Amino acid sequence: MDSFLYILALAGIKLGIVFTLVLLAAAALVYLERRIAGIIQDRLGPNRTGPFGLLQPFADVTKLLMKEDIVPEAANKKIHGIAPIITLGVAFVVYAVIPFGDYILINGEKIYMGLATAPDINIGILFILAMTSVGIYGITLAGWSSNNKYSLIGGLRSAAQMVSYEIAMGLALVGVVMLTGSFGLSDIVRHQDGWLWNIFTQPLGFIIFLTASFAEMNRTPFDLPEADAELVGGYNTEYSGMKFGMFFLAEYANMATSSAIIALVYLGGWTLPVPAETLGLEDGSVLLGLAQFVTFIVKIFAMTIFIIWVRWSIPRFRYDQLMHLGWKILLPLGLINLVLTAVGIKIFA
Amino acid sequence: MGLESIVFYLFAVIVVASALVVVLSKKIMYAAFSLLFTLFGIAGMYAMLMADFIAVAQIMIYVGGILVLIVFGVMLTTKITGVDVKTGPTGKLNYIAGGLLAVMVAGSLAWLYTSNSWISAPVNETNTSINAVGNLLLTEYLLAFEVGSVLLLIALIGAALIARRK
Amino acid sequence: MLTDFGIILLFLIISVLFVGAGLVTAALLRPSRPNPVKNSTYECGEHPWGGSWVRFNPRFYVIALVFLVFDVELVLLFPWAVVFKDLGWFAFLAMLVFFAVLVVGLAYDWAKGYLEWDKPSPQTPKLEDLVLPKKIFHKQQKDS
Repeated sequence: MDSFLYILALAGIKLGIVFTLVLLAAAALVYLERRIAGIIQDRLGPNRTGPFGLLQPFADVTKLLMKEDIVPEAANKKIHGIAPIITLGVAFVVYAVIPFGDYILINGEKIYMGLATAPDINIGILFILAMTSVGIYGITLAGWSSNNKYSLIGGLRSAAQMVSYEIAMGLALVGVVMLTGSFGLSDIVRHQDGWLWNIFTQPLGFIIFLTASFAEMNRTPFDLPEADAELVGGYNTEYSGMKFGMFFLAEYANMATSSAIIALVYLGGWTLPVPAETLGLEDGSVLLGLAQFVTFIVKIFAMTIFIIWVRWSIPRFRYDQLMHLGWKILLPLGLINLVLTAVGIKIFA
Repeated sequence: MGLESIVFYLFAVIVVASALVVVLSKKIMYAAFSLLFTLFGIAGMYAMLMADFIAVAQIMIYVGGILVLIVFGVMLTTKITGVDVKTGPTGKLNYIAGGLLAVMVAGSLAWLYTSNSWISAPVNETNTSINAVGNLLLTEYLLAFEVGSVLLLIALIGAALIARRK
Repeated sequence: MLTDFGIILLFLIISVLFVGAGLVTAALLRPSRPNPVKNSTYECGEHPWGGSWVRFNPRFYVIALVFLVFDVELVLLFPWAVVFKDLGWFAFLAMLVFFAVLVVGLAYDWAKGYLEWDKPSPQTPKLEDLVLPKKIFHKQQKDS
C-alpha cells in the first residue's frame, strides 16, 4: 500500500505540474498569437492589460466566465453541453504521454519527467494517434447539436478533413517508428541524441507530418471548419460564454500539443544541443533535467511561433484543394516515404 | 476488492449502460453517441488485459473510423427533419424475438463460462505487446496478413461502387 | 504498464472534472436573461429558414469509407514497423506485397474519380459584357 500511495502522490504532483504548464502554455499562446498577428499586420495588438498586455489572456478568461451562455432553442442541449468537454478533455489527456525531459534521480529513485512516460512500456505515439481520432467527435457533435446550418457544415467539414489527414500523419510517423523500433516518445527522443534529429533523416516525413498537423489542428490554411468568411464561426457559431472558451482553449492546447509532438518526434525533443558531459552535468541531476526541460520548451515555442506565422501569412485553401492535397499528394508521398525509409534502413543498417 | 477490480467494474458499467442506450434509445444520434462510450470502455478493458496494441487499435479503428462512418450515415440520411431523429416504434414481435436471441446468447456465454476450466495465461507486464504481434504477424500468420490486404482492397473497390450508385 | 494506463485514466478523469468545474464556475458567475430572439438559431440576422438538416454530398461518406480501409492498413503497419529492423528482407517484401495490393485499390478509386471533390466552376464575366457600349454610355451621360 505504501508503494501505491507513493505512486499516487507522485502522479498527483506530476499532474498538477502538467496541468499548470498546459494552461500557462495556452495562455501564452493566446497572447503570442495576438501580438504576432499585430506585428505582422503592422499594428500593436493587445498592450494595455498589464505590462506589454501580458495579462490579456487572463482578462479574456474572466470575461468569458462572466458572459451569458446562450443555447439556441432548437439545439440538442445535452450534446451541446458535452461537446466542449470532449474537445478540451481530449486536448488535455494527450499530455499524459509527453515526456518533458529524461529522468531525475531523487534519493536514488528514478523519476521520469512526464506522467506516463516510463521507457519500455510506452506506446506514446499510438496513444496520441488514437486520441486524435477521438478529438473529431467534439467538433462534429458541436456542429451537429447546434442545429445551425453553419455549425453543421463546419462540423462535417472538420470530420472529413481530420479523417483525410490522419492517414498521412500516421504514415509519416511509421517511418520514424521504423528508424527507432519503438513507439515510446522517450525512446524516439533518445534515438535522436547528438543532433541525429529525425528532420534530417526523415525530411519528407517531416513535411508530411507538419502539413497534416496543421489540418488536424484546424488552423489556417486548413481552417475550413471555422472559415469565418463563409461559415460565420463554423462549428462554434452557436457557442458563447465559457463553452466557447473551452473550444478556444482546446484550440491553443492542441497547438501546444502538436508543437510538442513535432519537437519530440522530429526536432530532437529534450536532447541538449551539446553533450551533457561538456556542460559538466551529471546524469540524472536536477540541473540536467531542468536544462532538458528548457531545451524542450524553447523548441515548442519556436514551433508555435512558426505555426502562428503561417496562420497570418497564408490564405485558406478551398475544400477541393484540401481534399486533393490530403488524398492525392500527402497519402502517396507518405507511402513513398515509407518504402524509401525501409530501403534505406535495409541498406545502411 | 482491489483497485483493479474497481476499475474493471467501472468500465463494465460504462460498457453495459452505454450499450443499453444504443439499443433502447429512440434517437438515432444518441445511440451513435453512446456507442462512443461502449467502444471506449471496451478499449479500457483491453488495456487492463495488457493488450495495449489491441486497445489502441480498437480506439483508432472503431472510434476513429467506424463510428465516424455511422455518424456520417446518420447525418446523410434523407428523412432527417430535426435534431431529434427518431426510429419508428418497435413491434412487439421484435421485442420477443430480440429478447429470445439475447437470452440464448447470454445462456450460451454463461454455459461457456461455467463449463470451461480457465487457465490464466502468463502476462508480460513489463513490455508492450506490439513487438510480439509484429513478429507473429510476419512469420506465423503471414498468409492471414496478406489475405487481409486483399480484403481491404475489396473494401476499397466496394466503397467506390457505393459512391457510383448514389 | 498497468500503472501507466491507470495514470492516463486518472488524468482523463481529472481533465473532464476540470472542464466541468470551469463550466460550473461560469454557470455560477454569469447572468442568465434568455429571450426568444436571443435563443433563436443564428442565421446572420435573418429569421432561420428551413431546417439545418439538408442532404449532404455522399462523397463525405465515401471519404469516410476509404479512410476506414487505410486506417486498418495503418494499424496493421504499426507492429510491422516496430520489428522491421530485426527482421530481414523477407519482412520488407511481405510489406511490399501488402502495400502493392492496397495501392491498386487506391489507384482504382483515383482513376474512377472517387477521390475527386467538386471543383468550383466560376463564371468569369467577359469584359465586353460589362462595359457599356459607347453609344449608350454617351447617351446616359447626356441625360444625367
